Amino acid sequence: MNAHRADVVIVGGGIMGAATAFFLRKRGVSVILLERGLIGQQASGVNFGNTRRMGRPVEELPLSNRSRATWLKFKELFGEDVELLLNGHLRVGFTPAHEERMAKYAQDAKDFGLGMQMLSAKALHERFPYLGPEITAGCHAPYDGHANPRLAAPAIGRAAVREGAQVFENTEIVSVEKEGEDFCATAADGRTFRAPVALITAGAWGNRISTSFGEPVPMIVKAPQMCVTEPVPYAIGPTIGASTDVPEQLVFFRQVARGNIVIGGGGHEPVDLENRRAYVNPRRTLIKLAQAPRVMPAFKHLSIIRVWSGIEGYMEDSRSVMGPSARVPGLYYAFGFCGEGFQLGPGVGDVMAELIHTGATTTPIERYHIGRFAKLATQAA
Amino acid sequence: MAQPRVIIVGAGPSGVRCAETLVAAGLRPTVVDENRRDGGQIYRRQPDNFTRPYAKLYGTEAGSAQALHESFDALRGKIEYLPETLAWNIFGGKLHIAKNELASALPYDALVICSGATDRLMPVKGWHHAGTYSLGASQIALKAQACAIGRQIVFLGTGPLLYLVASQYVKAGANVAAVLDTSPFMRRVAALPKLLARPAVLRNGLKLVGQLKRAGVQVLTGITPLEITGSPETGVQGVVIRDSRGKVRSFDCDAVAMGYHLRPETQLADLARCAFRFDQETRQWLPEIGEDGRTSVQGVYLAGDGMRVLGADAAEIGGRLAAMAVLKDFGFEVQEDKLQRLRAEQASMERFRQGLVQAFPWPAQQAAQLPDETIVCRCEAITAGELRRVVCEMGAQEANRAKAFSRVGMGRCQGRYCGNAGAEVIAHAAGVPVEQVGRLRGQAPVKPLSIAVREEQE
Repeated sequence: MNAHRADVVIVGGGIMGAATAFFLRKRGVSVILLERGLIGQQASGVNFGNTRRMGRPVEELPLSNRSRATWLKFKELFGEDVELLLNGHLRVGFTPAHEERMAKYAQDAKDFGLGMQMLSAKALHERFPYLGPEITAGCHAPYDGHANPRLAAPAIGRAAVREGAQVFENTEIVSVEKEGEDFCATAADGRTFRAPVALITAGAWGNRISTSFGEPVPMIVKAPQMCVTEPVPYAIGPTIGASTDVPEQLVFFRQVARGNIVIGGGGHEPVDLENRRAYVNPRRTLIKLAQAPRVMPAFKHLSIIRVWSGIEGYMEDSRSVMGPSARVPGLYYAFGFCGEGFQLGPGVGDVMAELIHTGATTTPIERYHIGRFAKLATQAA
Repeated sequence: MAQPRVIIVGAGPSGVRCAETLVAAGLRPTVVDENRRDGGQIYRRQPDNFTRPYAKLYGTEAGSAQALHESFDALRGKIEYLPETLAWNIFGGKLHIAKNELASALPYDALVICSGATDRLMPVKGWHHAGTYSLGASQIALKAQACAIGRQIVFLGTGPLLYLVASQYVKAGANVAAVLDTSPFMRRVAALPKLLARPAVLRNGLKLVGQLKRAGVQVLTGITPLEITGSPETGVQGVVIRDSRGKVRSFDCDAVAMGYHLRPETQLADLARCAFRFDQETRQWLPEIGEDGRTSVQGVYLAGDGMRVLGADAAEIGGRLAAMAVLKDFGFEVQEDKLQRLRAEQASMERFRQGLVQAFPWPAQQAAQLPDETIVCRCEAITAGELRRVVCEMGAQEANRAKAFSRVGMGRCQGRYCGNAGAEVIAHAAGVPVEQVGRLRGQAPVKPLSIAVREEQE
């Protein structure tokens, strides 16, 4: 059987595609999900694992909150525990300017239920005595947290299969074209997948497909630089991110229940998109390791045991591409989440399923519409 | 043309001979070594204030050890020697090193990786109890510190090192409770033609077994390990096996030395992005090797047990060959007759290596059938049952996918100790050949890297 059909064909099996497939099935819509490798193997699987809302643009918080509601029901909905730990998020700063920025955000976002509280240096060190002496202020969001990205998207993918989605892994798609009323996705081995609706959730590769429909977007593909320590007794609690004025010196970390501390930051590296390989530059590891003890001096007594990277799609304006195509009826996009898609994933799936099924969504997503790049298309043409 | 910058990683038999050959050609290589002193694992030098004579430390290999040490001593001043230095990553034509919490990056034109081998381990129920050591670690305790790992010791596994270390312990006066070998005796007989490629080494090996038996040590072949008994409070208390006739037997002990022959340390080759291929005979992934230790990556060379486990004598040859490959590739004259002679010697070493693999096979079936409750990954404390669950219930039939789901291979050893057995468990549970399971991707750092590390300011 070489031709497959459904109501919706989704290209890209990361957390966005898997979650949309799941929620479409919940609405009784038949769906094909196509993935070149394995579900959740790229950006969805190798990211830091933040389910943080704090720090997102205020305009994004409705979507982020909808996703949070889904995260809270993760086990019930998707049937598996993915190590979700809601011990809060703490942003710390070293200068009055950092403090001012945090206070402004706490004020701006006060109506979105994040429960943020500014803490003085004294209050911070009383409550989190492991913090370094250079830290002068912090902002605590008690309800945020983190989960295990290696487990989350694959779990959602398996749940989608149980709900009746047709999931094809190891299926490299070479083209997506509109043929009459249908979209036809063609695999490298010649198999075809047809549906009247297509959703592109191809992450860092999304731009290639949107371009083939005359909608190029300004995407920069980058490799995050992660590392993890050996396990130590659980003690930290919140995910902690340090404010910085030098992007390369950014450092943030979270401790998993079994004790290892995952450390992100240190800037990004370019990606070999053709061979789908992303590497960790050792210099970035060293920059990050130099910063980590400023936040928590005890880091100096620990060792890192592993580094890793992945492939993430960033947009020039730091906003994803999400919503209907501006040119092709029946075509939808959800990609380019700028390294911040993990928390949004389940919510994006929920919203895209609603949008595709009902033609509208109760959560505002206009700011992500691909039409904002229409000028680029004109220039290209 | 400026002299090529050559870095050698490792100061064991292959690293020392490689450096010596390069120095003789007028180069000044850098030798990076993790150990405090040269000699590698096999010819590990004892601390300065220890005075055991060569014959006592190295037995039949005393001559080789002394010659290597003297050669290295003569090189001092002609090489850049960086002992106690961890080569933790390779990136963009530079070797990243760390010493005393100071990190730097050394650019190279040629990198010769002489990283040696470690024990190939197979999990057994209870191997996490205190008192379980690898054969290599047991030997280091004896060589470097003149310590035994316990008062009453069982040697468990297979391979020549099993008999060598056991007899070294007997000689040192330790109480060896038993030597328990998974390889059936008949495999050794079948491997004899190949082992005869190095008659003197074969004779030494047979002598060791004779010595053990004369010392009253029970030597059993064709066994199946069942359990290392013990508790968190007491540590190891005994070993339970099924013998070749199917009878379950126990041996009391307070320490176990185990190992199933050796596996090359290939992480640096992996980080240098060398191509690997599956080796059917040893059932593991090894770097692809061209002539004289060249790899698929230009400027990266391998020598010694870190390439193929051929032993110390072959490592000395391999180090010389790799050095000659470097010299040739950078336009230096090499003596063709010497090159041919070394290659011929290496060929007989290779035949002997195949004999050893045949005589002391990796017990793949035993690994595949480990009981569910056995811990496979000691770093993360993951059992065989949990690993099977991610294969069967979560569809993880590939090594890295199974690692992502189960954490097997994710700990501080990065799969160096559990990877081989883990792959057998996955393959058996998935019903696929083990090569289809693939290999765990190498990730820096090669060994844990202290967060206190700082970049050296240039």
